[in-house]
Amino acid sequence: MTTSTTPFAILVELDGDGAHPAAWRFAAHSPTELLSPSRIAATVRAAERAGFTAATFEDSPLPPGQSFSGDGRAFSGDGQSTTAGRGGRGIIGRIEAIQRAAFSAPLTSSLGLVAVAHAVYGEPFHLSTQLATVDHVSDGRAGWLVGTDADAAIAAEYGRAAVSAEQAIADAADTVEVSRRLWDSWEDDAVIRERETGRYFDRDRVHYADFTGESFSIIGPAIVPRPPQGQVVVFAEGAVAARLGADVALVASIEQAADIRTEDIRTSVHRTLLELEVVLDSAGVSAADRLTALNAHDAWTPTPRARFVGTSAELIALLTELASDEVIDGVRLIPAVLDIDLDEIGRGVLPELRRRAVFRPPTAGQTLRQSLGLERPANRFAVDAPADEPGASHHSTATLEGASA
Amino acid sequence: MSNGTRTATTDPSRRRQLQFGIFFQGVNFSTIWSDAASGSQTDFESFRRLITTAERGVFSAFFLGEGLRLREHLGRLHDLDVAGRPDALTQLAALAAITENIGLVATQNTTYNDPLDLAHRLASLDVLSGGRAAWNIVTTDNAWTGANFRRGGYADHADRYTHAEFVVNTAKALWDSWSDDAISASRDADSWADAEAAGEVSERDAYFAVRGRGRLPRSAQQHPVLFQAGDSAEGRDFAARNAEVIFSAHGVFEPAKTFAADVRQRTLKAGRPADDLKIFPGQEFIIGDTEADAIDKARWVRESQVSPQTAIAFLEAVWGTDLSSFDPDGGLPDIDPVQDETGETRGAGFRGKRPREVADGWRAIAAEKDLSIRELVIHLSSGRGFVGTASGIADQLEPFADEHAVDGFNVTPWLIPSGLDDIVNRLVPELQERGIYPTEYAGSTLRENLGLRPPLSRREEPGLARLRA
Repeated sequence: MTTSTTPFAILVELDGDGAHPAAWRFAAHSPTELLSPSRIAATVRAAERAGFTAATFEDSPLPPGQSFSGDGRAFSGDGQSTTAGRGGRGIIGRIEAIQRAAFSAPLTSSLGLVAVAHAVYGEPFHLSTQLATVDHVSDGRAGWLVGTDADAAIAAEYGRAAVSAEQAIADAADTVEVSRRLWDSWEDDAVIRERETGRYFDRDRVHYADFTGESFSIIGPAIVPRPPQGQVVVFAEGAVAARLGADVALVASIEQAADIRTEDIRTSVHRTLLELEVVLDSAGVSAADRLTALNAHDAWTPTPRARFVGTSAELIALLTELASDEVIDGVRLIPAVLDIDLDEIGRGVLPELRRRAVFRPPTAGQTLRQSLGLERPANRFAVDAPADEPGASHHSTATLEGASA
Repeated sequence: MSNGTRTATTDPSRRRQLQFGIFFQGVNFSTIWSDAASGSQTDFESFRRLITTAERGVFSAFFLGEGLRLREHLGRLHDLDVAGRPDALTQLAALAAITENIGLVATQNTTYNDPLDLAHRLASLDVLSGGRAAWNIVTTDNAWTGANFRRGGYADHADRYTHAEFVVNTAKALWDSWSDDAISASRDADSWADAEAAGEVSERDAYFAVRGRGRLPRSAQQHPVLFQAGDSAEGRDFAARNAEVIFSAHGVFEPAKTFAADVRQRTLKAGRPADDLKIFPGQEFIIGDTEADAIDKARWVRESQVSPQTAIAFLEAVWGTDLSSFDPDGGLPDIDPVQDETGETRGAGFRGKRPREVADGWRAIAAEKDLSIRELVIHLSSGRGFVGTASGIADQLEPFADEHAVDGFNVTPWLIPSGLDDIVNRLVPELQERGIYPTEYAGSTLRENLGLRPPLSRREEPGLARLRA
């Protein structure tokens, strides 16, 4: 699916104080300020100012960095779980990612907002409504990174029986599928405001989802109109992206990206982003020395992801090279320490990539789909609705609603 | 008008004050969608406009309703009313970013939410808003709504308040699971938080057994404020035991006083001070330049709310059958309702009515007042609402404050998004001048702004602690 016009995307993960388990010790604020609205606002504004394509917000039904089930979960996606199990010394507090994304929406105008949301044990109907809401409040900038953790501690939190890792993926796939049906359950022009007949909406353009999966069924329709993007952009880790019907895969290696790319004709996955943990030189201290200092507090054990430890110039060179790689459509950068590495990337890396025309930041009002070069999908329930051309206005919902008012 | 008398007898600086909240219902027939000034129900700009106006008018709360299944009428989607609304907590998280003081109230159901998940989402909004979140507890439990959820219609209707109390207590346990000083004050501390300070919560009732750990400290107001709206004896007792604000339907003076006396008595019996439970009835305000202008406007509002089709549908919800062959400007149907009980698919206001009794009652009103179908429906929905000039309405509101019939009103705007403009620009200054409305926020948290005590589980009084045990 990659074409010469596919924009190179650069996403950034904004959870906690950064991915390193000792990041909080090098933050610009005290631990008690981490969860304050002003700090969350400042971080997301910094990400938009830097020009990132999108921010991702990590989450889990478990406290960050903690797994209570002792099941040896090697990798939860937050990069911390291997080092900070129960009794760990890291951050244990977190505001729900969907709400952090929604809160960020009015504070930004171009940044994509991608929330991690667990899709195995919770209520899919609520989840689909929440994600559609993020898309509405951000005028089309919402993404969903699907959490598939089967952990028994998560099941206990929802009062449900734990399922196998395999079953968790199947249930998450059902959650994605029903979400997609619910997002389409209102056609774009369902709200007609027709005085003559007294009808606010056209019931022929609002559809039951009628989904029956292995572990739940949902009748629908959605209680919220179709998201501005038509479909919220669905992200997933590379190993499960195709099974989940995701639009975007986050991969740990170029090899994995190549595997997905050779299959993408048969799947929904249209973009592959390489995950990259980042430690940069800063304030005259080399990245390697910074990492040593961080690790002296709490070791950052390796994750399946690539870890970049070096200078801004070296990162620029790496990203320039990746931008020309035909199986990679972008990267998700995972800063070791937000208050240091996010700043370094924003000041020392992205401006040069822009100058080299390797990367173009999204512009105000652009949807996340537009930033990623993804089409606005046709509505599966509409009788004669062709897919919009890429770059076409995503504002059809608003326009149609307003026009007949 | 009695301006002279009023200022002579009352010192504005010492009067009891009323407060306003705004109730953005999102699904109802009271929102006029056909007028040129009617904006989008879902665009964020509509919400921004409303909430910033409300905050300018020192409103204490912005309140979102909930309905977890799109309403149906005679077996098909009900298409005459505004419909389609965002997830309340997610929407309020976005609104938290553009407001400073106003409370953010999410209606959330206790039957179709997972208790710990719900508690965490409420705590998230509370922390994210700097202590401005509230939870309006509703107990909708019908199987029709359950068709959108994993467990379906699992709960016995008789258990709905027992289960609701379990969900509330589970939430409080989660909110209290962190000690006050759990998070380290310094980056040089041994760990980010005292791991022992964030304990595990394990709760069960007949339907759920949940176990988990809190992921958040208490907010600046400790817990989200608890709202409740049930009006049955059981609902009022539930509110008296658990809630801090009761969202009542009694916005007319005498019924409001009777209601207040009743719930205050129940609150005392529940071992709480009578003023622990604030009373906020829902109300509409229709403000004109003159009394005659206001009455004209009210007529226009009612006619816009009750279209001919809406009038017929209103009757159909009781009759249970297609009445489209009847003229909305003609008399009531001579046929009898075909159903024995009204359903739940049109919302709580229609549920559980006895159709034949209702039909007979309406026929009697229509006969007595010589009303057509549409005029009857307009008549039935006109009981609520203050109509008048700003100063005339302020006159009507004074006794509510002076006699403490209510603590405030939850304003239901009939026009989105401009429906608060008249209230904030014209009525609020009148009330402020008379000393019965705040001129500024008392603090930054909702609890402070409503004049509430700390949450029940966080009070030091030994008497209350004993009652809780």
